[in-house]
Amino acid sequence: MSILGNRVLRREDESFLTVGATYTADLVHPLLENAATVTYVRSTMAHATISVDTSEAVTMPGVLAVMVAADLDGPSILPGAVPMFPEPMLNRPILATDTVRFVGECVAVIVSETATQGVDAAEAVFVDYEPLPVVVDMEEALTDEVVVYAEVGTNLAIDFSAIGMATGITDETFFANCDVVTSGRVAHQRTAAAPLEVRSTAAAWDGDKLVFWTSNQGPQGVKGVLGTLYAETATGGVQVIVPDVGGGFGAKIAAYPEDVLLPWLAQKIGRPMRWFETRTENMQAMGPGRAHVHRFTLGGSADGNLTHYRLEVLVDSGAYARLGAFLPMFTLPMTTGVYDIASVETSALSVITNTTPTEAYRGAGRPEATLTIERAVELWSFQAGLDPIDVRRRNFLAADSFPVTTGVGTVYDSGEYERSLDLALEAADYPALREQQAQRRAEGGAKQLGIGVATYVEVTAGPAPGGSEYGKVEITPEGKARIYSGALSHGQSHMTTFSMIAADQLGIDMNDIEFVQGDTDVVTQGVGTFGSRSTQLGGSSIHKASGAIVERARSIAADLLEANVDDVVLDKAAGLFHVAGSPAVSRTWADIAAATDDLSEESKEDLLCSYPFGTHVAVVEVDTETGGVTLLRMITCDDAGRIINPLIVEGQRHGGIAQGVAQALYEEVVYDADGNLQTANFADYGFISAAELPSFELVPLETPTPNNPLGVKGIGESGAIGSTPAVQSAVIDALRPLGITHIDVPLSPEKVWSALAVAQES
Amino acid sequence: MQVSITINGNLVSHDVEPRTLLVHFIREQAELTGTNVGCDSSSCGACTIHVNGEAVKSCTMLAVQADGQEVTTIEGLADGDTLHPMQQAFHECHALQCGYCTPGMVMAAVSLLDEKPDANEAEVREGLEGNLCRCTGYHNIVKAVLQAGGAQ
Repeated sequence: MSILGNRVLRREDESFLTVGATYTADLVHPLLENAATVTYVRSTMAHATISVDTSEAVTMPGVLAVMVAADLDGPSILPGAVPMFPEPMLNRPILATDTVRFVGECVAVIVSETATQGVDAAEAVFVDYEPLPVVVDMEEALTDEVVVYAEVGTNLAIDFSAIGMATGITDETFFANCDVVTSGRVAHQRTAAAPLEVRSTAAAWDGDKLVFWTSNQGPQGVKGVLGTLYAETATGGVQVIVPDVGGGFGAKIAAYPEDVLLPWLAQKIGRPMRWFETRTENMQAMGPGRAHVHRFTLGGSADGNLTHYRLEVLVDSGAYARLGAFLPMFTLPMTTGVYDIASVETSALSVITNTTPTEAYRGAGRPEATLTIERAVELWSFQAGLDPIDVRRRNFLAADSFPVTTGVGTVYDSGEYERSLDLALEAADYPALREQQAQRRAEGGAKQLGIGVATYVEVTAGPAPGGSEYGKVEITPEGKARIYSGALSHGQSHMTTFSMIAADQLGIDMNDIEFVQGDTDVVTQGVGTFGSRSTQLGGSSIHKASGAIVERARSIAADLLEANVDDVVLDKAAGLFHVAGSPAVSRTWADIAAATDDLSEESKEDLLCSYPFGTHVAVVEVDTETGGVTLLRMITCDDAGRIINPLIVEGQRHGGIAQGVAQALYEEVVYDADGNLQTANFADYGFISAAELPSFELVPLETPTPNNPLGVKGIGESGAIGSTPAVQSAVIDALRPLGITHIDVPLSPEKVWSALAVAQES
Repeated sequence: MQVSITINGNLVSHDVEPRTLLVHFIREQAELTGTNVGCDSSSCGACTIHVNGEAVKSCTMLAVQADGQEVTTIEGLADGDTLHPMQQAFHECHALQCGYCTPGMVMAAVSLLDEKPDANEAEVREGLEGNLCRCTGYHNIVKAVLQAGGAQ
């Protein structure tokens, strides 16, 4: 019987539970002996010209060097990964030259014996700021009243219509044939990825070879960047090693300026370097996510048929155009969500502001598409006098229509949207919830009940058409297996999932399968873990390579058994090859391995992306006197195709749901008008805790995708995509009798209370 | 100044700056890196350890304040190769993903049950409010603590 589909406990747990694993800051390595500590001095102003005086800092105890941009005779620019933007916006200075553009930008670097000496010396670096006008708000930035890059002449970093990724907007005649038309503005706040482990990096030179340890989601990408920046000096090559990683959530896909300077410092000072930032630095300078403002118009017939939709996307790039500025590449293809809407037009603009440059954050463009279409459907339904659930049912892409091309031309693989809705509503006992709500309303107390529903679809292993991940499987002389993956587990449990996939093919006990990742000298190719890609791409590669090894092994076994290869079978339960029907004479994996020099196979096949979907139901209690919201229940039905290990998939869903709820109710990166970060630590940022959450009620649903051999879809981000609009709609549902139809996320007590105050006045 | 702390049964003595935080003493002087640093505002709980048997965020205490005290870190929780019931429950309930919060979370949970062995779900959630996790949504952490409570 296959091991796939079983609730197998994680193989990787022991070191995490007993010695706290080995993160980058924990590393002990001969090359890192006598490492010096790197500390960055950061801008305290959002936009200014600067001059930096380091004369006092260099005299401080333990200080080995203090450097500013003018001292950098090696790499000085970290180019953006997406070369679609004007160069000044794309090319980020590693240390600011004459201008700083956000609070937290690096203006100087200190190398010291110890971390505390570095912090002390940073206090002694004097930066003279000549303030420049600041623009913080992305809609204000679009007016170009304050331009951040004078040499570009506009804050507009990219217009997706101009590069053919959006249709462009026509005029109001677009909705001429619609009975009911609803428009609105929906904000998606800036959120912090906030992995518990901050950024952390170490670098050393082994002769002319650069060895680089870093907390990152994709070692090959980091190797590529370093290979370019250090092409002249790293003539012996670049080795990137990613040890255990304490979470990433999209913000650790890219290498940062702070990371890539370490090798140069190590060369200059002649010692290995270590850098471990503070949480405050992390909140200031690691890329946050979301930060969209959408305008939508939705039109349809009076009886509930949605026919026309317009989505206008505005994205806050922050001070440089990084990955965040390009994430409409995931929003635009998902514009219409789960709905069959034929006529669609779109636009998307990214603008520069004096804030931290944005990167990917769990969902990365799809939560934004989902929240807006779900809000639009709710608001349209109320205007039409219809039940939003009925409108959803009427407009879902039908289960028998897959594969289906949507109104924006995206091809969805498989889906049963109405079934996910039915299952979630049934698990929630929706009619009973409505009765309880009616009772509370009739009683008229302060605490009212709200019920919110959101049905979503997202794209994983995207962007379309898909991608690949490297996998290699080899059989050891002992007849055990070793698997190598270019994916990079940083909590996703690849050791367990991938060894289950290999065990299923090889008939070797999963505990006898060694898992290798994260060292570019050993795993020589690959991409990394983000975008919910790893099991469908990386897992499929392990599956295919394992299958190929079995085929080769059968052929070798046929020689050893003096039999015809077509007659040789692998008894997976016993891990033995024999002639069909004659199990008494068999060969082990060790026998096979002994008969050949190299029993290994690789795979990195291109595979199509997949489109997971589901329905989330949120039940909230809203205190209409204080604006406080309590999440009472969270019921979710999330389809991720075939499930390899339900225990791990549920864990991914739980984490996503919590982050989505946090976005709906608490978390927001806030700046004041001068660009000062108001949420620079966990005391001020609304990081969700156990006390704000209930246990989640998960409903299973498996609709395998035809797009990969395992039939699996991504599950890493689904939870964060469905839960935010469900919770938002639940709070608004509680307040609807008071005339409140929309409040932007996060629905903080202050915002809910303000909306109540406005409603009571009118 | 000289600081001597018994950590996981071993006396660790070092001359450190008076401002040295206990968490840094544990990581750098005692070379026990299971205790993690996750924030700089005593908010996240990743550095939670036991001082004389009670949970303490080791970034809220100076090393000198722990002079002469008994400290237990995650490395000292298991009984040889036998996991502590809380570690075992975390494993069985899949209560960890990236693992960075785990040492602090486990130490806080052990202390929570020491104080209230029959803690219910609401009490476990309130009790762990000071320990942040970004991966698990707390669902399986709460499940693990309740399971460990039931086992004790």
